[in-house]
Amino acid sequence: MSNFSEFTLTKIVAGIKKKEFTSVEVTNSFIQKSKNSKKLNTYITECFEQAIKSAKNFDEKKDFNGLLSGVPLAVKDLFCTKNVKTTAGSKILHNFIPTYESTVTKNLWSQGAFLLGKLNCDEFAMGSSNETSFFGNVKNPYGEKLVPGGSSGGSASALAAGLTPATIGTDTGGSIRQPASFTGTVGLKPTYGRCSRWGIVAFASSLDQAGPMTNTVEDCALLLQAMSGYDSKDSTSIDKKVGNYSSDLTEKVKGLKIGIPKEYRVENMPKEIDDLWKKGINFLKDAGALVKDISLPHTTYALPAYYIVAPAEASSNLARYDGVKYGHRAKGKNLIEMYENTRSEGFGDEVKRRILIGTYVLSSGYYDAYYLKAQKVRQLIKSDFDKAFGNVDAILTPSTPSSAFKIGEKSDDPVSMYLNDIFTVPVNLSGLPAISVPTGYDKNNLPLGLQLIGKAFDEQTILNLSYAIQKRANFINNFKIWWN
Amino acid sequence: MSIDKDTVKHISKLARISLEDKNVESLAKDLTSILKFIEKLNNLNTDKTTPLTSIINASLKPRKDEVKDGKIRDQILKNSPEKNDEFFVVPKVIE
Repeated sequence: MSNFSEFTLTKIVAGIKKKEFTSVEVTNSFIQKSKNSKKLNTYITECFEQAIKSAKNFDEKKDFNGLLSGVPLAVKDLFCTKNVKTTAGSKILHNFIPTYESTVTKNLWSQGAFLLGKLNCDEFAMGSSNETSFFGNVKNPYGEKLVPGGSSGGSASALAAGLTPATIGTDTGGSIRQPASFTGTVGLKPTYGRCSRWGIVAFASSLDQAGPMTNTVEDCALLLQAMSGYDSKDSTSIDKKVGNYSSDLTEKVKGLKIGIPKEYRVENMPKEIDDLWKKGINFLKDAGALVKDISLPHTTYALPAYYIVAPAEASSNLARYDGVKYGHRAKGKNLIEMYENTRSEGFGDEVKRRILIGTYVLSSGYYDAYYLKAQKVRQLIKSDFDKAFGNVDAILTPSTPSSAFKIGEKSDDPVSMYLNDIFTVPVNLSGLPAISVPTGYDKNNLPLGLQLIGKAFDEQTILNLSYAIQKRANFINNFKIWWN
Repeated sequence: MSIDKDTVKHISKLARISLEDKNVESLAKDLTSILKFIEKLNNLNTDKTTPLTSIINASLKPRKDEVKDGKIRDQILKNSPEKNDEFFVVPKVIE
């Protein structure tokens, strides 16, 4: 049996279409690999039996029309999947079985893919290390003691370790791009509104967006195309034609103008991150792109503004977990006490912190000082990007200020954990698309990614530029398997 | 500004999360450090800035006012931790 973990998603789809191998063979290979990789703690729910059934059905029907014909996919456990437990990494949803399917996963299934399992993540996607999950932290294939990043840490780790041909995550402040950078994989956050949020467990609704996580840029284009599109059930999704990202992918980026924002050269940034950035600039110059310095003057205020807007929206979204309609329920002498005990038992520490900060900034007398102020700052950050995009086609920055850190290293200090998202958060605040593409290693042989930020709904340009970087970086994940 | 223990207790009441006394102090410390971080925004003058209300400049699409689902009571009740045939069951509210 071939080791399909070494194949790209694109190659698997093509192979199944050409009848070089069957969906059952592919599915069995990923199931075997997943079963041998329990130590990574990537799966919350395994759907292996059902996946084999779906693969058999596919092989019998031989319906090769879809973009993802016959492909098993494990997805972040934040996407509601019909009749399959969906936990959001939280105790409060540990027994929740949706009676409906999220639009994004439905789109994948209608292109011929089927569910392999549900992947671990930070609780309600709140975290940058996967340490806040009720189901335990995920490990990074690059080392047993290393975090995979977060919040889509299970997705990133499973993908890098070859347990799924590709996966999807969600990104509210960097939750796709940061774990992609930490695991040597590609992760793209689409423009706000490109993918439907319907059926995704909500964290911060004005920032959340689902996106593809893959081994290569070609795979990323393919998966983005499959999952995107307008959905009348999400009033913030945008009715705009989905591009042929996959067939339009080209490394011909000659003449494109790339901005390098000086504000991203932060204090105490490791030299290797700066070197990686220079390397990326040279790759793009080599591909014929024109590089110019730009300024995004309000960058430094993005993270503080995010830590008002995101917790405020979260405190409101998470009010629904009351022990009545679904999920965990605690005992209480009366209704109010039942609510309070349910939420106290059901939510973990980081989720509680964010709900409390959100409640505080929205509470009477503080709204103007915090929430309104943050929305004004958000406007300034967005106008920085609008101005910059008057002169450039895309912006190149590092994805993260460091490589993967150690489990426990930042978990005592919430603010130091938040600083990890310093390069990714401004993009969410502005609704723009951005991709992290693996470009090199640090001195400890840990992967590092570069981020390309695009104009709204111009995912194609950042995919093309990433493709040009990929061709030049020749990045390969080179960890040694320690978890078998 | 710092968040003291009484404030933590007050907002946890608003957020309907019961806290054990031993956790209140460490939460006050954590929330204060987050708040100090947030308050960096005060260095920025925003008097002439309008707050952002929508990141994508698109107006909401009107839709027809029609029922598309419904009659799914069983589905809605399915995940409830306590229910009877037709209703969610909660601790007694009215004496």
